[in-house]
Amino acid sequence: MRIGIVCPYSWDVPGGVQFHIRDLAEYFIRLGHEVSVLAPADDDTPLPPYVVSAGRAVPVPYNGSVARLNFGFLSAARVRRWLHDGAFDVIHIHEPTSPSLGLLTCWAAQGPIVATFHTSNPRSRAMIAAYAILQAALEKISARIAVSEYARRTLVEHLGGDAVVIPNGVDVDFFAEAEPKTEWQGDTIGFIGRIDEPRKGLPVLMKALPKILAARPQTRLLVAGRGDEKEAVETLPAELRSRVEFLGMVSDEDKARFLRSVDLYVAPNTGGESFGIILVEAMSAGAPVLASDLDAFAQVLDRGEAGELFPNEDADALADAAVRLLADPARRAGLRARGSAHVRRFDWSTVGADILSVYETVTAGAAAVAEDERTTGLWGRLGLARD
Amino acid sequence: MTATLIWILVALVVIGLYLSWTAGRLDRLHARIDAARAALDAQLLRRASVTQELATSGVLDPAASIVLYEAAHAARQAEEEQREVSESELSQALRAVFAESAQVEAVREVPGGEEAARELTEAVRRVPMARRFHNDAVRAARALRRHRKVRWFRLAGHAPFPMAFEMDDEPPSALADRAA
Repeated sequence: MRIGIVCPYSWDVPGGVQFHIRDLAEYFIRLGHEVSVLAPADDDTPLPPYVVSAGRAVPVPYNGSVARLNFGFLSAARVRRWLHDGAFDVIHIHEPTSPSLGLLTCWAAQGPIVATFHTSNPRSRAMIAAYAILQAALEKISARIAVSEYARRTLVEHLGGDAVVIPNGVDVDFFAEAEPKTEWQGDTIGFIGRIDEPRKGLPVLMKALPKILAARPQTRLLVAGRGDEKEAVETLPAELRSRVEFLGMVSDEDKARFLRSVDLYVAPNTGGESFGIILVEAMSAGAPVLASDLDAFAQVLDRGEAGELFPNEDADALADAAVRLLADPARRAGLRARGSAHVRRFDWSTVGADILSVYETVTAGAAAVAEDERTTGLWGRLGLARD
Repeated sequence: MTATLIWILVALVVIGLYLSWTAGRLDRLHARIDAARAALDAQLLRRASVTQELATSGVLDPAASIVLYEAAHAARQAEEEQREVSESELSQALRAVFAESAQVEAVREVPGGEEAARELTEAVRRVPMARRFHNDAVRAARALRRHRKVRWFRLAGHAPFPMAFEMDDEPPSALADRAA
């Protein structure tokens, strides 16, 4: 099958959606399918052979933060060229509502289009204003995938229609077989995420830390992620600061070893999560998980069966739960075992097969993807377009 | 005077283009429904065939075989207006037979059973998928067809008002549980 995948975010910036697309593309290539990924990227970044650059993404303020988006005449032309050269059987657009490549592709293509909705943002004002335009583009999508039941619910509320739920995939064995590192073992709490992004919840964990250290002074907190380390420990009493170790950005291998080593993984995120891939990775590596009770997290953790939940933003509850878990090796072993069994449904072998079933369902009996002549402009519509 | 005429002309052309674009959208939606309906038909047929094959293979006990054969046969022979009911009954029959994972294991153990179990698992998973995609297309077309501009200018032509396909497609728990 010839598969075209559209990535809305810059390939050079690491992120959940980008990793998901990379793993998905590589999974399909291993199965012998032909895959091409269209993604924004700087011209000088080295790209894997299956990625086609759609040009540089432009940083613009959008939806409360600075987003790097692709739009305008040049990007639209590159999308058309990619569609024309690719002659795909199916195209898979990620995040079609963001005003970037996804929407442009939706606008320019016709035929079997599959779309995955990753985020579950509350409806923005821009989306309401652009609803008519968005609807005209989105109604071309033949199959919608939501990454969680929660994301599906928001999708149905905002845009109507329906979607099938297929979770994000993880290479479970990669994490399960990683070698633990001794210096990260022994009464350690792990946290992975951007330090300076409050929604990732490090401030909540920092607030809980004095209470945890009061009960278990030998405990260490290991933090992996980008951001200002001094600012992060500012709220902490000076004598406790030495119990926090910052590892900076870690490679994929180190991330797996990190998760294999820690005694407890804490995900104190305060919102904005629609899936929680890091929890799946932690469970794959056999780390007991303690997470805030966001809808998405509760679902990934099987309503608290595969990992423990604490009330969102409640630092006291987080501290109590962490102390209890660290003191109870039997409970942690139980969580480890249930997590490892639960996480199999997120393995690429299951997730990839499901996504392939979606492709096969929409391509059965349908023509291949083509450019949509109706939107090639006024001349096209009047029948005056030249070849 | 001429200026007014030109403006009226421009307005008419713009309205005409907009209506032709909307008609194009509607046309594409109808094509999408047709493709989705064909895919749904194919998945339903496939599920009924796999079930019938299993029922006649002698892998299952005679009572389960008869129940499945009857339901699969009825689903394949159903008239259009009976289709939703008999497909739902096939779902119920499959749920009744494959309620326990021991039954699935028993099918897997016989020669060729692994293959049959995989096909059935795939079929019961794809039917709800295809149905969701179909009903999603129907909803989008209905939303547009209810719009004033479409009704006033009869942009939908003689195409029948699209109907959703409503059925019970809940897969059997022993086949749907994906935890290995």
